[in-house]
Amino acid sequence: MIPTAFDYARATSLDDAIARLQAAGGAGKLLAGGHSLVPLMKLRLSEPAVLIDIGHIPDLAGIRESDGVVEIGANTRHHDVATSALLRERCPVVADTAAVIGDPQVRNRGTLGGSLAHADPAADYPAAMLAVDADLHLKGPGGWRVVKARDFFQGVFTVDLAADEILAKVTFAASRASAYAKLHQRASRFAIVGVAAALETGGGIIRTARVGLTGAASSPSRLAGVEAALAGQPATAAAAAAAARGAGDGVSELNADIHGSAEYRRAMIPVFTRRALEAALARAGG
Amino acid sequence: MTVTPVLPKLVGQRVKRREDPRLIQGRGTYVDDVKLAGMLHLAFKRSDVAHGRILSIDTSAAEALDGVEAVFTGAQMAEMAGPLPTLLPFPAPERRAVATGVVRFVGEPVAVVVARDRYVARDAVDAIEVDYEPLPVVVDPEQAMTGEPVVLHADFPHNLMLASLPMGTGVGADGLVDDTAVDQAFADAEVVISQRMINQRLAPTPIEPRGVVAHYEPGKETLTIWSSTQSPHLLRTFMASMNGMGEDQVRAIAPEVGGGFGCKSAGSAEECVTAAVSRRLGVPVKWVEERSEAFLATNHGRDLIGYVDLAARRDGTVLGLKLRIVADVGAYNMIFTAAVPTSTMTMASGNYAIPAIRATLTEVFTNKTPTDAYRGAGRPEGIYFLERAMDMLARELGMDPAELRRKNFIRPEQFPHATQTGVVYDSGDYDKALDRALENAGWEQLKAERDAARADGRLVGLGLSMYVEVCGVGPSSALPMGGWEHSQVTVERDGRISATTGASPHGQGNETTFAQMLADQFGVPLEHIRIHHGDTAVVKQGSLGTGGSRSQAVGGAALHLAGGRVKTKMAKFAALLLEAHEADLVFENGRIGVKGAPSAAKPFAEVAAYAYRPIRLPEGLEPGLSEEAFFEPANNTYPFGCNIALLEVDRDTGEPRLLRLVAVDDAGRLINPLIVEGQVHGGLAQGIGQALIEEVVYGGDGQPLTGSLMDYALPRASDFPRFELDATVTPTPLNPLGAKGIGEAGTIGSTPCVVSAAVDALSGFGVRHIDMLLRPEKLWRIIHGARD
Repeated sequence: MIPTAFDYARATSLDDAIARLQAAGGAGKLLAGGHSLVPLMKLRLSEPAVLIDIGHIPDLAGIRESDGVVEIGANTRHHDVATSALLRERCPVVADTAAVIGDPQVRNRGTLGGSLAHADPAADYPAAMLAVDADLHLKGPGGWRVVKARDFFQGVFTVDLAADEILAKVTFAASRASAYAKLHQRASRFAIVGVAAALETGGGIIRTARVGLTGAASSPSRLAGVEAALAGQPATAAAAAAAARGAGDGVSELNADIHGSAEYRRAMIPVFTRRALEAALARAGG
Repeated sequence: MTVTPVLPKLVGQRVKRREDPRLIQGRGTYVDDVKLAGMLHLAFKRSDVAHGRILSIDTSAAEALDGVEAVFTGAQMAEMAGPLPTLLPFPAPERRAVATGVVRFVGEPVAVVVARDRYVARDAVDAIEVDYEPLPVVVDPEQAMTGEPVVLHADFPHNLMLASLPMGTGVGADGLVDDTAVDQAFADAEVVISQRMINQRLAPTPIEPRGVVAHYEPGKETLTIWSSTQSPHLLRTFMASMNGMGEDQVRAIAPEVGGGFGCKSAGSAEECVTAAVSRRLGVPVKWVEERSEAFLATNHGRDLIGYVDLAARRDGTVLGLKLRIVADVGAYNMIFTAAVPTSTMTMASGNYAIPAIRATLTEVFTNKTPTDAYRGAGRPEGIYFLERAMDMLARELGMDPAELRRKNFIRPEQFPHATQTGVVYDSGDYDKALDRALENAGWEQLKAERDAARADGRLVGLGLSMYVEVCGVGPSSALPMGGWEHSQVTVERDGRISATTGASPHGQGNETTFAQMLADQFGVPLEHIRIHHGDTAVVKQGSLGTGGSRSQAVGGAALHLAGGRVKTKMAKFAALLLEAHEADLVFENGRIGVKGAPSAAKPFAEVAAYAYRPIRLPEGLEPGLSEEAFFEPANNTYPFGCNIALLEVDRDTGEPRLLRLVAVDDAGRLINPLIVEGQVHGGLAQGIGQALIEEVVYGGDGQPLTGSLMDYALPRASDFPRFELDATVTPTPLNPLGAKGIGEAGTIGSTPCVVSAAVDALSGFGVRHIDMLLRPEKLWRIIHGARD
């Protein structure tokens, strides 16, 4: 890697990191796992004057649950999310998603917070965060602020995060009947289309459904039509297939590149919606 | 009582690679690990346009940066170094290492920066401003052949580097072509298969990109150049001639080399520039390629269009083949650029006794990175065209693809066999390899499983392909740098053995296989033997180095000859000490003894020590135990094999998934089956990779769309099932080892096999052929064609 020259600072606390961001006056960048930022610096597409390493801030990593609410610290590595017994049992869609990010090297270094804040339109996590309706906890000079995942993602590499704010953790209600299904791009392993589903079922009926989409378009989105079609339906594969059929009809600004045309991506949305729903239903357990 | 340990014979054993512990633990020394006092760092400003006239280059901002020592433009470099070398007697446009007036591909160097460190060097590169007058761009070779919209090199009308080179039946030594026999074959045909096929452009992508350190010492007037190269001796020759020096003044070193796959021969623009700059400045200079730079600047491979016509009778007898090749060579001719596609023609007959063949080759310039050798280098393309056509013929005739092949095989008794394309196959038993593969795959049962899966609605297909290829590349009549290889074997005074080889490895495991051979030859432990390579000051001679799967068949043969010479001499000393006849001596278990009288044996080291202090010197003998040999192969070797693939296409997404890959390779005698399997694994990954995973893509404006590993997919272990490998052994008579070569085999046999499996899987949709790359979307469009 041959980046432009930069200073490096190791933050000792969230407040320390925020102060350093402010001092850098817009020329600072947070370094967590480095798996989005460092490749950009290598290509000189990102030229920060100072890197503020938040990787050593205590208590910024970890997965815990209390009162049905799961909390994941921003510095938690993909590998730790993928292999978390708690998540596998209580909210498998998040573990599913982490398990198919990149390759082992990426999963061992990359972090949840870094991926969400970077907001690559083909990243995997956004779909899962939309499906579990996650709250993103941001800390800035003025204190804490909570943003819903659906409001956080605003466009290509664009999120609701001020230059002196830090995404510190996410929280969400556990959803057992949940899953992620993905068509991966064969070079980068990013999602050509990724669909995350979280269902609330009972008495053989789907009470509510949340379905998040990533990769297909310029920013992640909820598949509201699918969600509406599922609500109140029997918790069966047939219902899932029927609801998935029109998935993505309203999605605009489809991505297109050598790995998949817009037409192909559009056609893949129903396929992976059905797969995610079927896998989620299989976990519903009545 | 002490028991003499018995040393097992090692040739043929699965000995673990001795190279691996140091490489796995990060203890290898690659070019980038070479650090010399006062060393400066070099970086290239490269063209970001595919075709343009350089109007101006402003280097002032770069020169003003603290730490920048020098900036050279093309005009300045032209005064420091001659044109880049090409090796073969084909016409080629002159190419300067740094462009002087016109740039012809994205990535062509336009200026050179030398700085205190590589960060400053990169800053300076970014600070250079180049103004181009845009010129029209052509990226499609068949468009380029019209001469429109632009001609890249004025001396090559219609962009033709080679207008039409004929080969095959009825081509006279004078180049005159008599088509009577070929025309007759097609007139007699009951069925003709005709298909245009793409063999797409690939990026070799070794895990270690290229790199060079050059150190010119003005006082001694010597140049030492470290390069991540497959061919240190060839590099020495080029560096001497380009810099107006003698070969005695140049030392070339290939330290650890992290893969080459053909793209690290020698004589690159970067080697030439780094050496010339060191010579100009009188200090050591280092250049190490960045990965994204490698996608632009390291040669690409393949990129052929083949027009294949196969004539046959309805009983499956092949009567004739026509193969017209259009090779997109990119913007320039490099070292082997022009020659690579000629192998596509020479191997057009494959494993079959085809009585009439007409092959023609056209080579075309386009505004892309130049092509050159890439693993297989011409043979994968030829086997692909032929085997895909054979598969189409089997489908057309309703024949089992295995039986169609068998019907046309060159029979074992027909070897040595001269093909219509003018090469002589040394030995072969194709039925044996085919039968073994069919047996290992469970061919009949596999067909039943495929049919059952299809009945369940799954898109499952079977593919089978044969291959024969060229290894042991030589002889000298075929290669300008000579086709021999050299070795020197020395028994040191303590009984250890040092050996050198000109076959400079970059992953082939010669340090292990060559030591296995010497251990058996001298009856000493493997641990007492060291193989030296990759330094022209240590290895006295070498020709091509490593390439063309020649390490064992040519380099190994030289080592075996040199070892034999030392052993003969050592036996004379031993005979004196043991008062025995040389002919009665046995070298085993670290001792030299007399047959039938084991108690009289002398330790190997004692005889070695005596040879260096011969108190009584046998008459006519010089002291010491060091002998060398040049091995000149009489001809190439022709290994062969069979691949079978079972593949499923996801009906919803078009994703192909390889379920089974059965390979049987016959590379003659195997020194180390474990290393052979490793070579086959890597070869298969790249061969299957061409079918399913890898492709260099350019936009119509000549901009690369696969400029990084984010878009250029490389094969990964998770893409494959466990390969099912096996070997048959048909020795070659052409070298004392009977070994043929294995480095490229997997890359050659697997590609058509996998594509044929995909075509079979989708045969229900009416397809006869699918061009690579088999991207999921492409297959999805075939499956869901009705919806488009």
